[in-house]
Amino acid sequence: MADNKLTRREFLRTVIAAGVTASAFSLASCTKEERESFLQKHFLEMSEAEKKQLVARLEERYLKEYGRSFNVSVKESVKGTLWGYGLDLSRCIGCRRCVYACVRENNLSRHNPQTQWIRVLRLKKGNLVNLEKADQYYDPPEVPEPNYFYMPVQCQHCENPPCVKVCPVHATWKEPDGLVVVDYNWCIGCRYCMAACPYRGRTFNWSEPKVEKEEWNTDVHYLGNRPRFKNVVDKCTFCVQRVRNGRYPACVEACPTGTRKFGNLLDPESEMRYLIAHKRVFRLKEELNTEPKFYYFFAE
Amino acid sequence: MEAWRFYKKTLKLVVTGGPAYYGWCLFLICIIVVSFRYYLYQLDHGLIVTHMRNEVSWGMYIANFTYLVGVAAAAVLLVIPAYVYHFGPIKEIVVLGELWAASSIVMALLFVFIDLGRPDRFWHLIPYVGWLSFPRSLLAWDVLVLNGYLVLNTVIPVYMLVKLYYRKEPNWKLVIPLILISIPWAVGIHTVTAFLYNGLAARPFWNASILAPRFLASAFCSGPAMVIIIFQVIRRISYIQIEDTALFKIAELMAYAMFLNLFLLGAEVFMEYYSDTLHLASLRYLYQGLDGHRVLVPWIWTAFGFNVAAFFIFLLRWTRKWLPTLNLGCLLIIVGVWIEKGPGFILPGFVPGSLGEIYDYIPNQVELFVSFGVWAAGLLIFTLFMKVAIPIERGDFVHTKYGKDGGPARAMRP
Amino acid sequence: MAPPPFTPGIFPCSSCHAGMEPDMKKRELSMHTEVKLRHAPEVIKWCFACHDPTNRDKLHLIDGELIDFTDSYRLCGQCHGTNFRDWKAGIHGKRVGYFSGGRRTYFLCVNCHNPHDPKFKPLKPEPPPFRPQDKRNG
Repeated sequence: MADNKLTRREFLRTVIAAGVTASAFSLASCTKEERESFLQKHFLEMSEAEKKQLVARLEERYLKEYGRSFNVSVKESVKGTLWGYGLDLSRCIGCRRCVYACVRENNLSRHNPQTQWIRVLRLKKGNLVNLEKADQYYDPPEVPEPNYFYMPVQCQHCENPPCVKVCPVHATWKEPDGLVVVDYNWCIGCRYCMAACPYRGRTFNWSEPKVEKEEWNTDVHYLGNRPRFKNVVDKCTFCVQRVRNGRYPACVEACPTGTRKFGNLLDPESEMRYLIAHKRVFRLKEELNTEPKFYYFFAE
Repeated sequence: MEAWRFYKKTLKLVVTGGPAYYGWCLFLICIIVVSFRYYLYQLDHGLIVTHMRNEVSWGMYIANFTYLVGVAAAAVLLVIPAYVYHFGPIKEIVVLGELWAASSIVMALLFVFIDLGRPDRFWHLIPYVGWLSFPRSLLAWDVLVLNGYLVLNTVIPVYMLVKLYYRKEPNWKLVIPLILISIPWAVGIHTVTAFLYNGLAARPFWNASILAPRFLASAFCSGPAMVIIIFQVIRRISYIQIEDTALFKIAELMAYAMFLNLFLLGAEVFMEYYSDTLHLASLRYLYQGLDGHRVLVPWIWTAFGFNVAAFFIFLLRWTRKWLPTLNLGCLLIIVGVWIEKGPGFILPGFVPGSLGEIYDYIPNQVELFVSFGVWAAGLLIFTLFMKVAIPIERGDFVHTKYGKDGGPARAMRP
Repeated sequence: MAPPPFTPGIFPCSSCHAGMEPDMKKRELSMHTEVKLRHAPEVIKWCFACHDPTNRDKLHLIDGELIDFTDSYRLCGQCHGTNFRDWKAGIHGKRVGYFSGGRRTYFLCVNCHNPHDPKFKPLKPEPPPFRPQDKRNG
């Protein structure tokens, strides 16, 4: 029996010693930046000072890597706000200006891979939302086409988000102002959230994002449109870098026909509240009980 | 010290062997080396080098993971007859079966690991060190449950083998509870894996209560089939006694599982086709093709044919009790369930996608080679386990105080 | 409120029209030929339905009240009441800039809709997304 105990203890000792030595070596061989990045805490657990340090580190890295000086904001949610979005299906003509405005505003990869947070579906008139027959790749010379209507879809910022429920490491969560965000430095890239999202709200950076140097939008938010890297998940954030400063998201501003509406659902004077009170709004896949904050309606 | 001698002799056992052993290990190591290079290429350039895309974000790796968790869970089909029913012929070999379960779990965990976009951040998954989202996330459950099963299925056999090495009785008061825990735990790992898919309302193909029972049924077909083949190989290359009755008993239990597997498939097919809602699209993509996309159709029908043929082989006593047909049946069910539970399960979950898009995912060279490497790694681990375990079981590898050929071989019956 | 989108140099209209007699007959115009009038039913489709004949720098409402071009939305709102109501609440039309904090901007109807030919022309759509198997997508 004594022999056995020795064996077990010895074995454990050797294994632990080996593990610690190996990790010590690999950590010591990293640069300071790499080490800090590897050991970075979860964003929600950081103090203000740590966040400041993080912003400084990121801005330094972006300057080095992309040759542009970025302003990284970690602005928190504004008290008393719950962001809601409205989309007028009677006016969308499927021109996709919103898609590319989003690409430019949010520093999305243009190719290899091409990341687009907004997807415009073309649906045949006669049924409302039969997604089996939806076409995303329509390319006529002019829109709108006579027998079709168009429905853009992006992250719905659900109140009951299935993606948040399934993330194994809390890399994605719902902020107090209702936005569902991702901490790109915490995400492990398992893509479980992408399987869980019913709306194709989340995309994956299959490779390093490709953005031309001059095309970078340098006003970024840590949880939003800052330059990402390969192998993490990202998604529409309702332009968190804009809305927390009171500005409309880029897609709302880009739409030429006034299809898109945005506002604070908690403000009784806001246009979103007026919209919900006076127009018949619906949300996608409501039977899934995700409680999206993206309201579709028909103004006429 | 004895411990040091034990390690030295283990090392010697592992590196010496006949030409067949060297050939096999070298073959596996070559595959692992090539596969590792492909994996480094994948790490370097990102997962874009696979064929996975936003539309189908899980592919070959997760397909293999699902299958291997089932294979590992099937060790319970050996543990129950051995320890609960004290069925002698299986009792002698249950330790080897548990080591096979451990190797399968290692393969399953490796498949998840290589599928991760940021494997350097796996420490985020460790409770208290990172921030594991337990109990809300099923993947967090899976991490805990699979690793727990790995620990169980390594600790129990290693403990038994070490006791055998010392020619001592195992402390049954310690081991029996662990063994009994491993039975529901085995069912648990596969149920948790099924729930992982089951809980996603976004994927109607997976969001069906039948998933967990079907997983278990198919696991209890394919896992023991592998065990039957492996034991025959072991029997041939070493002098360990594995009675035919053991194999036939396993085969008999498998027959029930096969029936259940086919019955549940029938239930699923009926529900989807008869109700004929839009959710039928995924099953139609699998069995008939959707809008001209027919990539999976030949595969799934082959799998169906294999499964039915294997069922009949295992049903009829004369084919079940004749080794050549038994082995054919095992091969058929292994491949059939792999197709059905791997690509035939993961891919239709994503087709049609959330917004109705159809993407024909076919694994490419990178994914295939990395997958081969993981399988090779698991087989290598199992081979090394066996290289040490079999001499211990046989009685050749014992405590030095018993000398080279001291005492009767078997000391392991309670 | 955004300013009206005048063609450069055209305002004030009275710089040319001050001394001219208004001709109330519906006809093809010899000047302002670039204006194609495709708005409103035939019975009222004529310049003076909206433009005031006596003071060209103003528009007139149904009851005869004269309004500036900067308030042209009141004129449009007479017929397009539902859109006018929605526009006032902020849910009709393009929204830009700040949505709260007293810094909201409103476009005039005519900033988006050409009052003489208001129907939006079809646009060329931006390119469709790359398919997953496209080489540019991986």
